[in-house]
Amino acid sequence: MAQPQNTAEQSVDQKTIVSMRNVNKWFGQFHVLRDINLSVDKGERIVVCGPSGSGKSTLIRCLNRLEKHQDGDIFVHGIELNNDVKNIDEIRREVGMVFQHFNLFPHLSILENCMLAPIWVRKTPRAEAEEIAMHFLTRVKIPEQASKYPGQLSGGQQQRVAIARALCMQPQLMLFDEPTSALDPEMIKEVLDTMVELADDGMTMICVTHEMGFARRVADRVIFMDEGQIVEQNEPEAFFNNPQSDRTKLFLSQILGH
Amino acid sequence: MTRKIIKAAPKKTTMKKAIPSDIDTQAGYVRIEDAPLLPPPPSEVGVTGWLYKNIFASMSDFGSIPAALKSVFVAVSTLFILYFLITQISGLLDFAIFSAVWSDPEGLKRQACWTVEQGGALPNGWHAACWPFIEAKAKFIFYGAYPNDDLWRVNLTYALGGFMLAWVMIERLPYRKIVGILLLTVYPVMATVLLTGGAFSISTGTIGGATILGLALITIGRLGKAGYVSGAFGDLALVAGVCGWLVILFAAVLAVFAIDFDLEAIDTRDWGGLLITLVVAITGIVASLPLGILLALGRRSEMPVARFLCTVFIEFWRGVPLITVLFMASVMLPLFMPEGVNFDMLLRALIGVTLFSAAYMAEVVRGGLQAIDKGQYEGADAVGLSYWQSMRLIILPQALTHVIPGIVNTFIGLFKDTALVSIVGIFDLLGAAQSTLADAAWSTPVQGLTGYLVVAVIFFVFCFGMSRYSMFMERKLNRSHKS
Amino acid sequence: MFGRDRSLTSLLNDTFIRGILFQALIAIGLLLSINWLADNTLSNLANQGKTLGFDFLTRTAGFQISPTLGTWMLDYKVGKSTYTDVYLIGIINTFIVALLGILAATVIGFTVGIMRLSDNLVFRWFSSFYVEVVRNVPLLLQLFFWYFAVLRAMPSKREKLELVEGVAGLNITGLYLPAPIVSDGFVYSFLSLIGAVAITFLVRRYALKRQAETGQILPMFWIGLGIIIILPVLVHYLNGSPLDWSLPEFKDTGPKLRQGYQSGAGMVLVPEMLAVWLALSLYTAAFIAEIVRAGILAVSRGQTEAAYALGVRPNITLRLVVIPQALRVIIPPLTSQYLNLTKNSSLAVAIAYPELVSVFAGTALNQVGKEVEMIFMMMMVYLTFSLMTAAFMNWFNSRVKLVER
Repeated sequence: MAQPQNTAEQSVDQKTIVSMRNVNKWFGQFHVLRDINLSVDKGERIVVCGPSGSGKSTLIRCLNRLEKHQDGDIFVHGIELNNDVKNIDEIRREVGMVFQHFNLFPHLSILENCMLAPIWVRKTPRAEAEEIAMHFLTRVKIPEQASKYPGQLSGGQQQRVAIARALCMQPQLMLFDEPTSALDPEMIKEVLDTMVELADDGMTMICVTHEMGFARRVADRVIFMDEGQIVEQNEPEAFFNNPQSDRTKLFLSQILGH
Repeated sequence: MTRKIIKAAPKKTTMKKAIPSDIDTQAGYVRIEDAPLLPPPPSEVGVTGWLYKNIFASMSDFGSIPAALKSVFVAVSTLFILYFLITQISGLLDFAIFSAVWSDPEGLKRQACWTVEQGGALPNGWHAACWPFIEAKAKFIFYGAYPNDDLWRVNLTYALGGFMLAWVMIERLPYRKIVGILLLTVYPVMATVLLTGGAFSISTGTIGGATILGLALITIGRLGKAGYVSGAFGDLALVAGVCGWLVILFAAVLAVFAIDFDLEAIDTRDWGGLLITLVVAITGIVASLPLGILLALGRRSEMPVARFLCTVFIEFWRGVPLITVLFMASVMLPLFMPEGVNFDMLLRALIGVTLFSAAYMAEVVRGGLQAIDKGQYEGADAVGLSYWQSMRLIILPQALTHVIPGIVNTFIGLFKDTALVSIVGIFDLLGAAQSTLADAAWSTPVQGLTGYLVVAVIFFVFCFGMSRYSMFMERKLNRSHKS
Repeated sequence: MFGRDRSLTSLLNDTFIRGILFQALIAIGLLLSINWLADNTLSNLANQGKTLGFDFLTRTAGFQISPTLGTWMLDYKVGKSTYTDVYLIGIINTFIVALLGILAATVIGFTVGIMRLSDNLVFRWFSSFYVEVVRNVPLLLQLFFWYFAVLRAMPSKREKLELVEGVAGLNITGLYLPAPIVSDGFVYSFLSLIGAVAITFLVRRYALKRQAETGQILPMFWIGLGIIIILPVLVHYLNGSPLDWSLPEFKDTGPKLRQGYQSGAGMVLVPEMLAVWLALSLYTAAFIAEIVRAGILAVSRGQTEAAYALGVRPNITLRLVVIPQALRVIIPPLTSQYLNLTKNSSLAVAIAYPELVSVFAGTALNQVGKEVEMIFMMMMVYLTFSLMTAAFMNWFNSRVKLVER
């Protein structure tokens, strides 16, 4: 996973999907992200963990400009993330996000939820958009719910729809913000299984989660954040079996203890 | 495998697509020393940050033509509004405070507020408040034509009411519930006696008759409870028992009204100003609350007749303007009563206002009842409570706390609506202010503005205060529900 | 519902019988009370020498009514028009001031509501200040403010305050505007407006179809605006502009008593109507602003975030995600406020704008004296408005209810 040390110009279809350098962010006086340096390659699966308030969600939300960073550079898929609206639009097209509380549009059917972005952002004709939507709904294993409304689905089903909705834009990178934290225990598995399949198919993903089993199974790298900084990162085996920092050890003991 | 991060190469890159990939992100990285906690850049905090976020952020998006147009529009509007606010507020302050006439030491009355042109001493073009006018009329605005010797009665009523209300509202004090009940039952009787003078001509026969009727009903109720009356009539007996207690209470009130406390009898036509506004608003709310609760229960009842009647009643009073209700009360109420029953004008208005307010109160309470989880009803049933018991002990206490903000909002509306009684000839705050304008001794060009300004401020203070209280209560209730 | 203390079968019977008995009692009690009230009323009326009846409606009314839309539509003339005309005039005037008030209040209310949520501090302060002041002062007082403080301060009858040179002017007797005079060809201009709206709808259908097939989006807003503006104007001019305006005429020469705005030229909005319109609009707008703010806040932030994360631009997000959800929350209390505005128009009785209450329960009642009938007729009008509004709200709520399990 070592990166060649060069600053030469690279072509657009490079291997690096995300590059964050010396990124700092403040909420008012509170320094929420401190000196973040991160690089993610195509096809990599990253899991970000850490205690609450450590800035993990803020980190990934900066990647699609749901949060603004005040210092440092962020490049997504070769495009610089700054105040330029065109850049932001381009980046959001290539990055999909799944939220903790699903955020499905309750007044639209499942199918319409999935078709909205392709039609209005990629200007896809309706029939094609429907095909794409059904394809991904089948992929998350709920094609039969297409004409139902979000309020009629269980939490696990809703989250899977949210994943399908994001996939309909065929993004290069998927961001997951604690996707299973709001689910009842019996529904966590179905969502995690979907994510595992996605990972096995080669999707680049950055996942903020507490599900360590998932991390072990799928992650190429596990990143531990605390108080706004990246404290430790490593391959899952090394991370879980041989944590180096004291803070990592403390966190792991708390989360794996019970 | 611990490695320290290798410092990144130059921060800025000129080529758009060039991604410096010299960040060493080799797997197996551990931070040795913490990154420094830095202060945020100036655009985030401090005066510049605040200014930017709150004012300039909405004006600085020039990314596209529509956005640029919007930014310019926002900037121009902001300037215009600032200008408008500053001129209006400074104008108001000037009118009310800085240029106003505050005293009339020589007793010139209206001349004290006249310009040289009009025959007074103030410079031409002067246009500000004439406070000596208000000082002279203050008593009229607050009490109406209530005799000066008996003002202590009004003040005592205000003081007592305010004291008890404060007691109920302050969290830490004990016995709040008891004071609350006294406030709703004993206080109105006392206030009526104090304000009107009491000593109504109620024959001992009526009081005696009511007492006997009440005792009889209570006996029936007791028999019903003890099981002597069976089946459906048993419930009737219980209802009769409750009615009996109400009749006894009524008789007691009549008795109190009949006692001669040696107070001067003061006709309600002499009441006026803030006194009338408070009497109408408070009586309206207090009287409409029990009626509203009954209507709300009736509307949710499973008995079709009760539900239909309550719905019709509520929708009728909510569907017509208050002014028509007041007209109806003042004009038609005497027609509805048997001959010879004479109705005090104020009482007619009070009845109209109460019925009107009860319909709105019913909807507010109904909202509260609907918000209560079905499980509460079921739990009460499961424990074996009767309908009225479960209502009294479990459902209504929860529903009423839930709707206190709604009740306060209804009260604010009612308080403002009392201004309408001035149209049917009752001197409330607005009416009293209007009548002071007819006093020629104080006739100045600013007479009207000064008077109306005072009335507006009084209303605003009351209503704004109550709405703040209502929001405070809402936040408190939300917090307690969340935990 | 009355408690359980017996076996199941007798319990059922008892509850049923009790229910019936109770309701029968209520019904009987009600009938008796109504009977008693009616008796009293009839005997009291008889003592005053009055009878119940609606025949007064055909009698001629002998009093003047201010020039308003109602008098113009029904061509009111003292001594010729009947009390039925008076009743209808009252309804028309109520309706017109309510309609104008609703339009103005909606526009102002939505603007102020959105301003309250703005990033801009000045906007937020101003709108909060406006809402708090207007909501906490009685409407009657605000009406007096506009009528006595503002409109009475206008120039006197013999002078004017020009708003637009020669076209619109203001003085103490009212707001003078040009009156439209339509000649024959105007009907085509009007029809072409309707036609333009219809064509816009057709173009929109075509545009949606095209989008469904090819994905390309047409700027419907600008196209529609263009059609609706250009087509009727074109037809109008090609037809010789069959619309004339009678400009208000102002004389400031000649005998003093004849100076001022002349009647017969132009159209006048009397200050009573202006005051009622201003007061009602601004008062109701404050409440609407709060409703709009609550509606927009009710849509969770996550909805916009999800749409942005998908790459949907802010204006489309607003249109497809936020506004549909916000409107669901806004429309029921909004219709309540419209109803309140209509009912509040009755306050005009305090400044003698001839809407229903002031003309029927004020002047006419004094002349005719049939309180029961007339107040009943008045209340029927308001009740009809209320019931229509309630029916609409129920229909709307059932239509847009979010589908849930």
